[in-house]
Amino acid sequence: MVNIEIDGVKLEAEPGSMLIEAADKAGIKIPRFCYHKKLSVAANCRMCLVEVAKAPKALPACATPVNEGMVVFTASERARVAQKSVMEFLLINHPLDCPICDQGGECELQDISVGYGKDVSRFTEGKRAVRDKDIGPLVATDMTRCIHCTRCVRFGTEIAGMREMGATGRGEHMEIGTFIEKSVDSEVSGNIIDLCPVGALTSKPFRFSARAWELNQADSVAPHDCLGTNVHVHQRRSQVMRVVPRENEGINEVWISDRDRFAYEALNGKNRLTQPMLKRDGQWVETDWQTALEHVANSLKAIPAEQLGALVSPNATAEEAYLAAKLMRDLGSNNVDHRLRRADVSTQNAEGLFPALGLAIAELENLDACLLVGSNLRKEVPLAALRLRKATRNGKIAVVNPAEFDFNFKIAEHIVADGLNLAAELAGIAKALVTDPAALAADAAEALANVVPTAAQAHAAELLKAGEKKAVILGHLAQNHPAYGQILGLAQLIASLSGASCGVLTEGANSAGATIAGAVPHRAAGGRSLVKPGLAAKDMLSAGLKAFVLMSVEPELDSADGAAALKALNNAEFVVSLSAFNDGAARDYADVLLPVAAFTETSGSFVNVEGLWQSFAAVVPAKGEARPAWKVLRVLGNLLNLKGYDYVSSEDVAAELKALADSATVHAGSIKLAAVNGAGEGLVRLGEVPLYAADALVRRAPALNKTADAATAVAGLAPALAAQLGVADGDKVRVRQGEAQVELPVNVDDRLPAKTVLVSSQAALGSLFGALSVEKA
Amino acid sequence: MATEVKNLKELIAPAAYAECEVWVSKYPAERKRSALMGCLAVAQRENGGWLTNELMDAVADYLEVPHIAAYEVASFYSMYKLKPIGKHLVDVCTNISCMLNGSEELMAHVKNKYGIGHGETTADGRLTVRSVECLGACVGAPMCQVDSRDYHEHLTPEKLDALIAGLE
Ligand code: SF4
Ligand code: FES
Ligand code: FES
Repeated sequence: MVNIEIDGVKLEAEPGSMLIEAADKAGIKIPRFCYHKKLSVAANCRMCLVEVAKAPKALPACATPVNEGMVVFTASERARVAQKSVMEFLLINHPLDCPICDQGGECELQDISVGYGKDVSRFTEGKRAVRDKDIGPLVATDMTRCIHCTRCVRFGTEIAGMREMGATGRGEHMEIGTFIEKSVDSEVSGNIIDLCPVGALTSKPFRFSARAWELNQADSVAPHDCLGTNVHVHQRRSQVMRVVPRENEGINEVWISDRDRFAYEALNGKNRLTQPMLKRDGQWVETDWQTALEHVANSLKAIPAEQLGALVSPNATAEEAYLAAKLMRDLGSNNVDHRLRRADVSTQNAEGLFPALGLAIAELENLDACLLVGSNLRKEVPLAALRLRKATRNGKIAVVNPAEFDFNFKIAEHIVADGLNLAAELAGIAKALVTDPAALAADAAEALANVVPTAAQAHAAELLKAGEKKAVILGHLAQNHPAYGQILGLAQLIASLSGASCGVLTEGANSAGATIAGAVPHRAAGGRSLVKPGLAAKDMLSAGLKAFVLMSVEPELDSADGAAALKALNNAEFVVSLSAFNDGAARDYADVLLPVAAFTETSGSFVNVEGLWQSFAAVVPAKGEARPAWKVLRVLGNLLNLKGYDYVSSEDVAAELKALADSATVHAGSIKLAAVNGAGEGLVRLGEVPLYAADALVRRAPALNKTADAATAVAGLAPALAAQLGVADGDKVRVRQGEAQVELPVNVDDRLPAKTVLVSSQAALGSLFGALSVEKA
Repeated sequence: MATEVKNLKELIAPAAYAECEVWVSKYPAERKRSALMGCLAVAQRENGGWLTNELMDAVADYLEVPHIAAYEVASFYSMYKLKPIGKHLVDVCTNISCMLNGSEELMAHVKNKYGIGHGETTADGRLTVRSVECLGACVGAPMCQVDSRDYHEHLTPEKLDALIAGLE
């Protein structure tokens, strides 16, 4: 430690750290614009000038390393003169029109100029003006206000791994922007809004809709991915106005993804469900809760228990999932599941209490080696990609994917499995890791007997052998894969052969919580085993159950096989949908629509992929007659005369569930391996779930669905396949899966191997990873 | 969806591409981007003295840097032109030494005789003139630089005319 003194306060500082860090730690305020603790030091704004004893001039605190015995004055006459001069300099060109600036009230420049600016400007010359750029639907620009701190530029280079913004021109003519007319496409681009200290970059959807001082801030947890990103929700008069990051070093640091930032727009859409509705003679009529719930209770009672099924959103709170599962079980059915897109549940009994990452989220950045399997990580869990990106500073990452997806970090070995045959690639890697064949379990030895590793597989194995901290991580595409059991078994084998951890990055915000809560057919809450397990989501749909309870899901868009789901729901005798929205296919297949509170409108808990419980309170009341889903389920329990539905608050529900979870005794078992077959001859569908099509909320978020990542239904064809079919970009092809068929425009995509056709989840087709045929339309 | 960017190889002559390879060979493999200025200069020369976005993108891809990095460099230095210029470029220094020795007259003469001011090009596309800052040849003031290469010192309007007439 280095001893220094700032403003008379004696401090100890980390050797090599900068003065501003030491001052920040001690709570001594130094004004700054370009410095940001998560970005490199640029030292270009000079606002942080301080006086250092024996130094001839004022020094920038953000770029001056601490030195033994340093004596610093942040508010001496000399420091103040320097700071005020810089302020005056920055204001030469900055417009002084805060009343019409969206940043007004939360502007670092405004705040600091109150302390360091003059009340009268000495300049009479005209100010420089810079033409605004259109950088897409999320971030609005007022580039005349830019003070060239380059935080946004550094964010792109250093954090997002996608350098889109830059400083072009020179001196007076320097401008920050993309130079060419281009949108900023990073899936974490919204963070530059927070980083920008002035009103140059602001939120397009939020712009001019509220002033910072009108907003009330509440803590919450983002409802889209498995990290449990911490957010602040800003509301005014019971309306959510925006979502911004809440710092949590262990999870999201200071960032959030664009999905977590802008999905709130869907909350204020016109299509919210605000009144319980019943379908009478094919017509929707509004009704009251009592009538609606009695109707639901009577309908459910009239159907044999084994014909009841509940599909729960992986974004539902743990309390909601727990009550939905409990209700089903109390009615005598174990048919409850939140794993709607999962096509293979053969290994579910060997899986742990909840699907886990296997290491702390923060540890991702310290990995020496990582094997990522079946994951378009940036578009699945954007912030996990930022963490893993940091690991590439020292570590190496190998990928086994069904297509050559783009990463914002360096991939040391990128293996693309044609025909979705991820398992074959994993078998090769596992084989290459075997040093002592005799030590292998019999099933593994047999499964690998005829495997000959390719050079790429051997290289991936080599990477995993090196280093201390290693992980095998399975992404969404692996988990939704029809051979997930085999993939998981091989991944575990690779992990044990290489000394790596093995884990998953799940879909939804609360897959872990829903699993613990018993929203799975094979285990009750707290992992308790069942005498007679129920049907998994996919089996409920293919079995054509008579009645379905839908908990914030749209199975036609959220399932492993959308066409099968739609068919099952259309054919069911009774469907009740607990939903926040009054649109979509549910209006056709449902018999009752129960309005439930959406994100920010209910209290509850999410359990993230580390197993961390995070509870949150409601920020705004639910719309209209909508009620938190846990209350709806509780009342339903009462109406069905079931015992133990007397909760007063969601905390009561959580406490009951936690007690069950704390006494859980689930142990992950081992998975029996079988030999891997080669890929089939025919074409297969790669049914990726687009970033902004993942759940009911984000599908309805307008700004996100104008970005480059917006879900557009296209048929992605490998160049060779397109040539063979005689089609080019924009031509139409007819894509068939069983009875389902759609016409889609072609996108020739050189990331795809020959037999793989990319048709994302929102196309009205069958299995996400099933066989399909393509012909010229 | 990958945006179509043409390969540098397709955009410039083989000899010019070879020149770029020489630039790259001068730096360690992981510091390829150091060759950015040299390669942009080659690309500019090949394209009649100015850089298109397409060329900048191609150079950036060639050196594996983001496109914006090429734009930054090309827009920073005045020797890179981002708009078409005349066949020949005359940069007249108008900084202090040259100004004291008559560079303002030179610019006025150019305006009178050729009808172009700073940053403008003659109608026949033969000549572009710019007034630039000190080129480090104050001892020979007033001076100009022709086609970003050759210095001509101790200029008078007559000498300048002769110089311009001599450009093919
Ligand atoms: S736009 Fe904002 S963040 Fe970017 S350089 Fe300008 S002031 Fe800084
Ligand atoms: S904060 Fe130190 S120079 Fe900008
Ligand atoms: S002032 Fe003209 S060359 Fe220096």
